[in-house]
Amino acid sequence: MSETKKETAISVRDLSKSFGHVHANTHVTMDLYKGEILALLGENGSGKTTLMNMLAGIYYPDEGQIFVNGKEVSIRSPKDAFNNGIGMVHQHFKLIDVLTAAENIILGEEGKLDIKSACAKIREICDKYGFDVDPNKKIFNMSVSEKQTVEIVKVLYRGADILILDEPTAVLTPQETEKLFAVMRNMRSDGKAIIIITHKLNEVKEISDRVAILRQGEYIGDMITANTNAQEMTNMMVGRQVVLNIERPQPLEAPKKRLVVEGVTVVDEEGVTKLKDISFDVESGQILGIAGISGCGQKELLEAIAGLQPVQSGSIRYINDDGTQEELIGMDPQKITQMGVALSFVPEDRLGMGLVGNMDLAENMMLRSFRDNNTPFTDRKKPHDLAEKIVDTLDVKTPGIDTPVRKLSGGNVQKVLVGREIANSPSVLMTAYAVRGLDINSSYTIYDLINMQKIKGVAVIFVGEDLDVLLQISDRILVLCDGQVSGIIDGKTADKNTVGMMMTKLGGEDKNED
Amino acid sequence: MKTNNKEPLFHVVRRDDMSRKKAWTIRGIALVAALIVCALITTALTGDNPLSVYATIVSGAFGSNRKTWVTFQNLSVLLIISLALTPAFRMKFWNCGGEGQVLIGGLASAATMILLDGKLPNVLVIIIMITSSILAGAIWGLIPALFKAIWNTNETLSTLMMNYIATQLVAFYTVVWENPKGSGKIGIINQNSCVGWLPEIGNKYFLSVLVAIVITVILYIYLYYGKHGYEVCVVGESERTARYVGIKVEKVIIRTMVLSGALCGVAGLLLVGGINHTITTTIAGGQGFTAIMVAWLAKFNPITMIFTSFLIIFLDRGAGEIATVFELNKSFSDIITGIILFFIIGCEFFISYKVVFNSKNAKEERK
Repeated sequence: MSETKKETAISVRDLSKSFGHVHANTHVTMDLYKGEILALLGENGSGKTTLMNMLAGIYYPDEGQIFVNGKEVSIRSPKDAFNNGIGMVHQHFKLIDVLTAAENIILGEEGKLDIKSACAKIREICDKYGFDVDPNKKIFNMSVSEKQTVEIVKVLYRGADILILDEPTAVLTPQETEKLFAVMRNMRSDGKAIIIITHKLNEVKEISDRVAILRQGEYIGDMITANTNAQEMTNMMVGRQVVLNIERPQPLEAPKKRLVVEGVTVVDEEGVTKLKDISFDVESGQILGIAGISGCGQKELLEAIAGLQPVQSGSIRYINDDGTQEELIGMDPQKITQMGVALSFVPEDRLGMGLVGNMDLAENMMLRSFRDNNTPFTDRKKPHDLAEKIVDTLDVKTPGIDTPVRKLSGGNVQKVLVGREIANSPSVLMTAYAVRGLDINSSYTIYDLINMQKIKGVAVIFVGEDLDVLLQISDRILVLCDGQVSGIIDGKTADKNTVGMMMTKLGGEDKNED
Repeated sequence: MKTNNKEPLFHVVRRDDMSRKKAWTIRGIALVAALIVCALITTALTGDNPLSVYATIVSGAFGSNRKTWVTFQNLSVLLIISLALTPAFRMKFWNCGGEGQVLIGGLASAATMILLDGKLPNVLVIIIMITSSILAGAIWGLIPALFKAIWNTNETLSTLMMNYIATQLVAFYTVVWENPKGSGKIGIINQNSCVGWLPEIGNKYFLSVLVAIVITVILYIYLYYGKHGYEVCVVGESERTARYVGIKVEKVIIRTMVLSGALCGVAGLLLVGGINHTITTTIAGGQGFTAIMVAWLAKFNPITMIFTSFLIIFLDRGAGEIATVFELNKSFSDIITGIILFFIIGCEFFISYKVVFNSKNAKEERK
């Protein structure tokens, strides 16, 4: 690819933005050319989203210039961004559930309301790029990937030539990702310029023409994708050499049964069977991976073990070191902890459930330990020390221990949560999507942490999305399909295809998860 | 495509946490600005010298020994009610029923004084008074809390409605215990025997001040160092997180509202048993609602609340004084109070955000 001949779509010169003392972007200078897909890489908190938000009119830069098609512009609002042909698809969709796709797409448009011609135009866009959208379908009836498609069509409908996609694949299944990439390629051949933010390096290799890297708010450089590799990209992101492989270490003591799940069935409030007759066991010093397309019962399974989800039938027994068994079903989460049965649970939405956004790090550490003494007062020293330790060992980027957690970036929030759960020194550790949204370096830190727990003899249940990782880290893999056990296989000998087949064997192509 | 390349005149940026000193400087500037605006308006509308108006405000609050003590007494009652609402507010349980909880506590005190006069020794009567008014307030807090905990009803509505019930109960008993007959009010209770009058410490004002100090200190410790206080905060921030770590959300809601109501009951006890020795439907005087503002202004910090309730009481007493001294309408003092509060509340915006002007000069200055 010869860049020199290409026309620039966006040029950014010396763009800076700070939030208080935090410099989210410092003097970023970057170009985006027409007809190319640029992958924007960087660790969590490196300023990717801030930079994109400035182009999309969400934030206004403190300093610097933005040129669109060679002309300097001032982007004060999302509307200005649209007028300049820039459209952004955010990580969190901004759609109104009760309206149809078409209604959402024309929302905010000025002039006469004409759904019919809008629908026609939407169909035209869909045909042109290969989208699959029913303009008359209501948003609440849509799967995550359909919603995302609506967001992209919305941006194109408004005439965007420059598209920004913020972690679009984080919520998609591999098949959906393929579909998305296909339309992205179509858009590229139509001359549109696309910026994609993603943490998955294999996707970067697959879809992008060029990679640009940010580190701590600064622009580090760019590379032609074809001329680089995962190792080089990671090193540039992190700023030093990083080892990219997951070990499968042996535990110090021989594994023994820790948790026995038998015939567990869960029916939710609406009467839908979420889990059906699930049986398996978990051994100490072993990692049991759980694979399955999203929404096939992983969440319910973990919540049932943690005592957060009522169970209709079956039994979940915890086996003590001396061989005695304790039934967990029917106990509330606090009792499960009090009995010495330690379950650590990293919920899917970390902030909504595991942490309190407005509290600082130390106070969040206290969530687990504040009942530990027998006085009416809380011990603030220990949580404070623990917070400091976690910041140190996990390299959490925070202005201080007394910073509210909501001010940290996604990856750092996750480190705080995982760190706290592990500090609880559990005998059973359950993690759901422990690396969701994390950059590659933080992900490997988390894998290491989990492996360290395994060596210590903790029984680990690991729910993951990335099959490659699941195959590398797990001793055994339990494959769920539509709430049922599709099979339990050995992690050392399993291959991706078999697992993939097992994931879909029972439920077929049902992807209406949300 | 049409684009507008003009830079916006300014944009608003969220600040990092500002140093305390700087924040208080801004608040000080706001107060001075408020006084200047008030002065201009005073001169423009009334022709009076603004300085003498201000002097009158101060003398209204602190003009004599008695005035000073009354100011402190009023301050204490408002502070107690504000403190009472605080635990509920920190839990994001919007207790708008302070008025009713105070009133019902006062009614319990009055009932004890009237019904037990001459039947039990004074000490016992006072003990029963204290218990009954605290209990009454607690029950008035408990009822909406139960509704919230069991059926998840909107607490703003239920606490507000409880106010009306309390007012009507007081109105009903005013008729029952009317004294003298035909006056339509209860009058001073036990005027001769003084049964159930709370003891004076030093002078008749100091008791309320003492109670306020004790409650402030205890509540501060409870909220900031206690396990209960921590649970209240977690429930307020995220019920899901609270459940996830095993906090019983319903229990915390009920416990906290009982505490909130009980403290309001104490305020009612002081108003009836210590200050007025009678009860009317308006004895709380809207302080149950003023306290909401006091608590918010103090960002639910009991220590800061001393200052915010002082500000409100000071303005209230001073503004009342200028209305009489300068023979101005009461509305004028309301205008003055309004302007001052506008500036004080408004300056909080500049503490959380900063306005960046985008002229070229400003850009160079920033560098």
